[in-house]
Amino acid sequence: MTRMTWITLTVMALLAVLPPVFFWTGNAFYLDLATRLTILAIAAVSLNLILGYGGLVSFGHAACLGLGAYAVGIPAHHWLYGGMDALATTNGFVQIGLAVAITALFALVTGAVCLRTRGVYFIMITMAFAQMVYYLIVSIEEYGGDDGLVIDTRSELPGFNLDDPLQLFALAYVSLVVVMLVVRTIVNSRFGMVLQGAKGNEERMVTLGFNVYLYRLVAYVISGAICGYAGALLGNFTTFISPEMMDWARSGELMFMVILGGAATTLGPVLGSAAFIVLEEFLGRLTIYWHLPFGLMLIGVVLFVRGGLMGLLRGGKE
Amino acid sequence: MSALLEIQSLNKGFGGIKASDDLSLSVEAGEVHAIIGPNGAGKTTLLSQLSGGQKPDIGRILFKGRDLVPLPAHARAHLGIARSFQITSLIMDMSVLDNVALAVQARQGHSFRFLRAARQDASLREGAMGLLRRVGLEAKAQLPTRALSHGEHRHMEIAIALAGQAELLLLDEPMAGLGGEESAHMVTLLRQIKSRHTILLVEHDMDAVFQLADRISVLVYGHVIATGTPDEIRANAAVQHAYLGEE
Ligand SMILES: Nc1ncnc2c1ncn2[C@@H]1O[C@H](COP(=O)(O)OP(=O)(O)OP(=O)(O)O)[C@@H](O)[C@H]1O
Ligand SMILES: [Mg+2]
Repeated sequence: MTRMTWITLTVMALLAVLPPVFFWTGNAFYLDLATRLTILAIAAVSLNLILGYGGLVSFGHAACLGLGAYAVGIPAHHWLYGGMDALATTNGFVQIGLAVAITALFALVTGAVCLRTRGVYFIMITMAFAQMVYYLIVSIEEYGGDDGLVIDTRSELPGFNLDDPLQLFALAYVSLVVVMLVVRTIVNSRFGMVLQGAKGNEERMVTLGFNVYLYRLVAYVISGAICGYAGALLGNFTTFISPEMMDWARSGELMFMVILGGAATTLGPVLGSAAFIVLEEFLGRLTIYWHLPFGLMLIGVVLFVRGGLMGLLRGGKE
Repeated sequence: MSALLEIQSLNKGFGGIKASDDLSLSVEAGEVHAIIGPNGAGKTTLLSQLSGGQKPDIGRILFKGRDLVPLPAHARAHLGIARSFQITSLIMDMSVLDNVALAVQARQGHSFRFLRAARQDASLREGAMGLLRRVGLEAKAQLPTRALSHGEHRHMEIAIALAGQAELLLLDEPMAGLGGEESAHMVTLLRQIKSRHTILLVEHDMDAVFQLADRISVLVYGHVIATGTPDEIRANAAVQHAYLGEE
């Protein structure tokens, strides 16, 4: 096994073991932190598929996170308060299924448009679509608009009680591992090679006969759907959701995680999420202006450490 | 009609510049047809319109009797057209082997295959290694593409163009920037492949052109001013004046 494989396994083992240990030793707060980290890591891993491997700088990924959360919140809301009987449910399979389906559809429709543009236009238009969803949710009074929505009952899954923080963490952790393996498999497949080739040289790939647009669109949909799943978990974790979750700044944070951790690597997004959570938590305690030092650190890493934290761990070697 | 490729009255302008000006040309199956002409004559623009990177303003391009103009670039590759670029166009942060394997992959139908690891796929690997052997880059297969020299990149371009087993190869100045020995190697290589492909060869290196071409067309200001055998072109006064005389 290579050194990177060892590092990946070690980090993932620590992430599995430490949070429960904190919980059992009376530091439930750290388990919560780890659950949030793990869920955000799933979103970052999904973004890495299109950003890291596909070279598609999507600035609207948080929309999928938010849509996934609302796919849990809205059915739960109706289940409690009536209305929209067809939608009212606390069944986790239905809610998660809904989250995945809606975000896949959202990615399909918006991706079909966005992927016809390049560069800055792509960034702007992905951001614009996300803001559209943001304002859509804000405008719906029934779901709390600006103020957000409290999820009074978590998703019900057979064999899982998501009200138990340990079980919620376990679900998030297992999901993260599965998603990492899925993305890794995709990336190494023929499909993944095309995606990466198109990032490196689109003209060449098109001339070879690849319909690059279609491959990117499929990647975009897969990525959106995975992020929607992460959103469903996030809704269950926070039990309070608001349009703010889809703000472009949240999309920016997901991008930070991918780039800071190391784009186009298996572990990078996880490291990036961990770094983000730690910085947010501890810098946030020192100063409410934590975004400034955070931003400076990020710029430092991006400028001086090629390949982010994974680049550091690799010791500069390719 | 026995022409494999029939270009009819192609016109393409960039602002005031006419890169293709009522350009007509036919390429017979099996021949090496060279396009020569001064810098800015519109040679690369012609190849781009053939491979699909650029659309003509007016005109038709018949490949085996079928008009290519409405087809997107990726569809043209599947009809049997491959291209190499004047300015090396490779995936620099992938390995040499990955670059060529992708070209082999392109030929094996769609790539919506998500499970099996492509690098472990023997058909891709062996296909790519075979091509690298043909251009003499077998030993460099595992290196990152950016680590290779310009001359080696030019040879990679050929390996990639060959991967599709395309009927028609569009080669844009394969000798560009090559040293004496590298040029000789490239000429040898092109000689070997010419029996199996029809080649439209854009080239500035006149020695190479006269060695390889069955027919030559001279392009000046986007218009074909003469087409003929190498001997005819050498003897043509207009060509002498427009092009060869300048050298
Ligand atoms: N994308 C473009 N936009 C504007 N002008 C262009 C473009 N591409 C080519 N041209 C112009 O069209 C003309 C033909 O260019 P082209 O590259 O086809 O010439 P060429 O014969 O390949 O030249 P060279 O021998 O230098 O490679 C030139 O005047 C060039 O400046
Ligand atoms: Mg040219």
